[in-house]
Amino acid sequence: MPDAEMEQEMESTTTPQAGALPRARAAQAGARAASATGPRWLPWAKAAVFVAAWYPLARIVLFGFTGQLGANPIEFITRSTGLWTLVFLCITLAVTPLRRLTGWNVLIRFRRMLGLYAFFYVTLHFTTYIWFEKWFDVAAMLKDVGKRPFITVGFAAFVLLIPLAVTSTRAMARRLGRRWQTLHRLVYAIGVLAILHFWWMKAGKHDLVLPKLYGAIMLVLLGWRLGVWLLARWRASRAAAGAA
Amino acid sequence: MWIKRSSRILLNGDDIPASEITPQKVYEQRRRILQAAGALALGGMAGPFGATQALAEYAPGDPKAQKLGAQTNTKFVALDKVTPYKDITTYNNFYEFGTDKGDPAQNAHTLRPRPWKLSVEGEVKNPKVYDIDEILKLAPLEERVYRHRCVEGWSIVVPWIGISLSELIRRAQPTGNARYVQFITLADPSQMPGLAEPILDWPYSEGLRMDEAMNPLTLLTVGLYGQVLPNQNGAPVRVIVPWKYGFKSAKSLVKIRFVANQPPTSWNKYAPNEYGFYSNVNPNVDHPRWSQATERRIGEDGFFQPKRKTLMYNGYGDLVASMYQGMDLRKNF
Repeated sequence: MPDAEMEQEMESTTTPQAGALPRARAAQAGARAASATGPRWLPWAKAAVFVAAWYPLARIVLFGFTGQLGANPIEFITRSTGLWTLVFLCITLAVTPLRRLTGWNVLIRFRRMLGLYAFFYVTLHFTTYIWFEKWFDVAAMLKDVGKRPFITVGFAAFVLLIPLAVTSTRAMARRLGRRWQTLHRLVYAIGVLAILHFWWMKAGKHDLVLPKLYGAIMLVLLGWRLGVWLLARWRASRAAAGAA
Repeated sequence: MWIKRSSRILLNGDDIPASEITPQKVYEQRRRILQAAGALALGGMAGPFGATQALAEYAPGDPKAQKLGAQTNTKFVALDKVTPYKDITTYNNFYEFGTDKGDPAQNAHTLRPRPWKLSVEGEVKNPKVYDIDEILKLAPLEERVYRHRCVEGWSIVVPWIGISLSELIRRAQPTGNARYVQFITLADPSQMPGLAEPILDWPYSEGLRMDEAMNPLTLLTVGLYGQVLPNQNGAPVRVIVPWKYGFKSAKSLVKIRFVANQPPTSWNKYAPNEYGFYSNVNPNVDHPRWSQATERRIGEDGFFQPKRKTLMYNGYGDLVASMYQGMDLRKNF
């Protein structure tokens, strides 16, 4: 990702002058700046997204109470939470390209919430696995993780998401400064691992329609970033050549 | 000392090892078997139609479905709780109707199970194209309750109706060259929408060694739950091989072919390292992508009960283990 864009994105999560001010005041200033900068409808829109993102879980609960989870409810829940994790991961990764293509900078204000919902659903996904598949047998789980590539990559993606969720607060972003951006680039690796996890899970039954769809979406989302980065590098080298 | 111990047992019974106490469920099942045996004895006296007394202890299946009379074969009744009809008929792997487990129940209405021809051919003295009605009359129909373990790690318990495949094989009179039996499923795109996807090399093909096919457990199956096979379960005729993973039990058969060499099988061709020719249920040999040590019994194991341990040969070892004596089961998975 080009540095200019990185700076731009940092703006929304950190206040650049924070270092100069005492911490408490900086937080206040940050909060004020945040509430002052967005359009008036923003809190409502955020509330709407916040509620809408509960739909996948509400659906499972509703199906559970109305007996619509099918003959193997646990399989249903495992697959549903897994797929919705991928959906939220893709939406989160779509924020920056969409924002750059449309110039609609307010989109960035939804990114953290969307990312945290991806973490929320992957936590449910992992919980169904460790609880209903492994009955909290951590040794059996670790054996699985070591032995089966599709579980290895899925587990890795889950573990890598944890530091991102932990450092998602504004205070953490401020504390980490530029390193925050570097750390959060892990999400690209997580995206690749998540697709691999899904692909390998389905591959044995030769049922690759959905993995191909999500793989293509992920390819576009990550490919766009690569393209932007390569373009910026090429421009920079040309500018350097011009200066010399 | 010994006397004291036994008197204590008599007094409060809590010294009896758990394994010697008959669980209520098993006890009830045994009672059912005894009742069925009684019905069998009565059947002989009840006239020409007396032998169609089924073991109707479970809730009825589909009230609109065509009933199928059968006599319970008490030698082959698993002492497990029978899986609800709804689960057995809505949770299916039958890729000819879609890859989702709910797809077959949704889409299999396009299958036309009648009229139906089953060709018995290959290395046999009596090749014959059977009409499905001839199959139904080949031998007295039996009801058997079998555990059915899917390679994916779930299992069901099904009251099937059918006849021993050996009945059919005996009539066909295999030649000395016949060492394997191949089972071929219908592949008609006008009846099976799933064939549009080249997921497997259609038609679906499975196989057994001759001794496996002749094993009394191997059931040429025409019904379940006291009625004809629902389309999604492989109507009108399929094979059931209860000590092997479910995909070995091919559905909606149009050909049973006797051959000299081990026949190619669909899943094995697709992923030879994941699905072997034998595919005997074996908790000690994992699938490359998951453990086979445990299984989830559909309708029972779930939120408040862990998955259960998978049994060697799905618990049918006493009837089948001898066929694999001396074989490396890790190699011949």
